[in-house]
Amino acid sequence: MNFAIVVFPGSNCDEDCAYVARELLGCEANLIWHADTDLKGADVVVVPGGFAYGDYLRAGALARFSPVMESVAKFAKAGGPVLGICNGFQVLLEAGMLPGAMRVNRGLRYVCRDVFLKVENTDTPFTRLYDRGAVVKMPVGHMEGNYTAPAADLDALESEGLVVFRYCDEQGEVVDSANPNGADRAIAGICNAAGNVVGLMPHPDRCSEPLLGNDAGLRMFRSAVESMDARGAR
Amino acid sequence: MKVEVRVYPRDGILDPQGKAIAAALVRLGHSSVQEVRAGKVFFLDVSQKDPAAAEAEARKMAEELLANTVIEGFDVRVLS
Repeated sequence: MNFAIVVFPGSNCDEDCAYVARELLGCEANLIWHADTDLKGADVVVVPGGFAYGDYLRAGALARFSPVMESVAKFAKAGGPVLGICNGFQVLLEAGMLPGAMRVNRGLRYVCRDVFLKVENTDTPFTRLYDRGAVVKMPVGHMEGNYTAPAADLDALESEGLVVFRYCDEQGEVVDSANPNGADRAIAGICNAAGNVVGLMPHPDRCSEPLLGNDAGLRMFRSAVESMDARGAR
Repeated sequence: MKVEVRVYPRDGILDPQGKAIAAALVRLGHSSVQEVRAGKVFFLDVSQKDPAAAEAEARKMAEELLANTVIEGFDVRVLS
């Protein structure tokens, strides 16, 4: 089982993701520099958080032109599981691998705290080990997480069940006060129509071991491992 | 040839930055301010000699990179 973790100039959660893959799941993990195109036989690709290219122009806007992104797009097109976390989610949006865009948080501040998420889609390779409707706590840390898309796209996400995570309160109620950034329809994470490309603003990599006080995120990575095992990968 | 590309939030797209600036202007005493929308300006220097060609090229640049057309509109003006 082999994770490819993409590293842009300005990525800063790459080592955290590699740590989860190697130390907590016993998998192989390769850090793939953005100028490279070889994913080294990856079974799973993670586009980690950070500030790729300093978030110049717009978060994720320049990263999508990195050579590695062509390989990631090809990998995704072939059905390979791709996870974009935070800035990685922004990169996948800018690259057109997921629909929509990010605005500045409605509070105009960087938000760094725990949030609660309702798991709405458990058919993706990154959420299959969660119960549908489960409420999980994960940390967020971002300035541009205020998700939006044209109304027709939002409706399509809803009707096709492509909303994976929604901000909610501890009881699982989707209320405005539990929405940290103003995202349309409280969307925290989505997937593509095939379900193999998932992006979310919260950081499962920052809550993957009990030592950190929360290991709710580990299931996302473990889900990927189990999905690949089910598909007969190494 | 100098070309100016203005990029701004589309109508109807929430612009938290513009809202905050509007509130600050009102607090400063500019009570006439009803709305502010905040965008960006790019000043390009391109090698085209023909204004129409320069404009067409800048328009493509805006669509491909300078603006995210999901949330932003843009306009292009050839300056000289």
